[in-house]
Amino acid sequence: MNAPETVLSLTDLHKHFGQLEVLRGISLAARPHEVISMLGSSGSGKSTLLRCINLLETPTAGDITVLGETIRMKEQRGRRIAAEPRQVERLRTKLGMVFQQFNLWSHLTALENVTEAPVSVLKLPKAEAVARAEAVLERVGMADRRDYYPAHLSGGQQQRVAIARALAMQPEVLLFDEPTSALDPEMVGEVLKVIRSLAEEGRTMLVVTHEMNFAREVSDRVLFLHQGLVEEDGPPQQVFEQPQSERFRQFLAGNLK
Amino acid sequence: MDFTVIIDNLPLYLSGLRVTIELLILALLCGFVLALPLGVAAASRRATVNAFPRGFIYFMRGTPLLAQVYLIYHGFAQFDFLRESMLWAVFKEAYWCALIGFSLNTAGYTAEIIRGAIAQTPRGEIEAARACGMRPGVALRRVILPSALRRALPAYGNEVIFMLHGTVIAGVITLVDLFGAAKIVNSRHFVPFESFIAAGFFYLCLTFLIVWLFKGAERKWHAHLRPRAA
Repeated sequence: MNAPETVLSLTDLHKHFGQLEVLRGISLAARPHEVISMLGSSGSGKSTLLRCINLLETPTAGDITVLGETIRMKEQRGRRIAAEPRQVERLRTKLGMVFQQFNLWSHLTALENVTEAPVSVLKLPKAEAVARAEAVLERVGMADRRDYYPAHLSGGQQQRVAIARALAMQPEVLLFDEPTSALDPEMVGEVLKVIRSLAEEGRTMLVVTHEMNFAREVSDRVLFLHQGLVEEDGPPQQVFEQPQSERFRQFLAGNLK
Repeated sequence: MDFTVIIDNLPLYLSGLRVTIELLILALLCGFVLALPLGVAAASRRATVNAFPRGFIYFMRGTPLLAQVYLIYHGFAQFDFLRESMLWAVFKEAYWCALIGFSLNTAGYTAEIIRGAIAQTPRGEIEAARACGMRPGVALRRVILPSALRRALPAYGNEVIFMLHGTVIAGVITLVDLFGAAKIVNSRHFVPFESFIAAGFFYLCLTFLIVWLFKGAERKWHAHLRPRAA
């Protein structure tokens, strides 16, 4: 399971919210440079799965292994929690997360948003963090907006800054949680372009998305989740052209009309 | 109307003004230093952590400032053990009693302002901090508090003005603050209107100063909330 060619692996992941079973046993291994798209209708558990990977949600059962290191869990008062918060915090720095709602820190400028974690978490000297931030802002085409506050940027621009914030940590894996779902249609393109270019760079990425064309054209592998289980898993040409699962066929029919 | 009395007693008013300002600044400083940890603890979801600060806030907001200062100044003197202890050096002085009362009172209100501001921090911004690998303490210091304290600014400006007006209670427990000075001028010359309107004028000036300071603070700290200048 800890094979060196696996960057990230999930083993039989379960997540319950009270009685509700959102994830019902999901296993997944991501190899280096692999771009995995996760599709599914709302409530299928795809966002929960992504949020379990960096423990924003605590899985009820199952193992998460990041770069060969399994996150240690323990029971406390009947609840399963991370045994060592320090381990989780360290591994989170390897997992860059991009949220649907951007979640930029609203009181900081674009540049400050990007330098914050490298300085306060990675303990980078300020000058180095600024240089790194300028490079990643340039990378997402936001260098000219470095001194803007999030409220003064469009949704697409905010999301590109949020991607730069994740990149500044130099993570091993990028996690995208419906990165274009909160955007106006005309801004979806600029964000997808950035994500696509990151995929072409050979980054390991997990992308929860509703963008079928993106999933088809950019990913190495497409996962379809339904009711907390992986219903379909394979390279895009295979899953889109010869879907094995009836559910996925229905899903595609609804989305690809 | 005879305002020459006021002119003649200007030095008394000015020394009262000095006492008022001094009490206000010291009380706000001490109160804020207390309020910060109390407000953070009150915002905690853990009952063992939030019980004491929430009780403190409830008590300070639930009883009149005048009663609190009387309790400290007159009430504590009732206890022999206190009068015989080293603490008596503090509690026998009206000045220290006023300062302690004011500090605790503003600490209660300010802690509640901070608690409320922390509770309003957008969840996503906290999640983003955690997702970057920030420890809870780092997230608090670097993300939650800077955001919350900015949000708290207008409410805190209000609290500072309330506290200024609360300092009149110093004049009730024998201190010669602005209000105390007005009382003395009135009792010596029996000019209640002139003596108190003069004090009112000074309070207005102080309030104006506070409003102006907070306006400047908002200009500096709320740049992210304003429309961007073209």
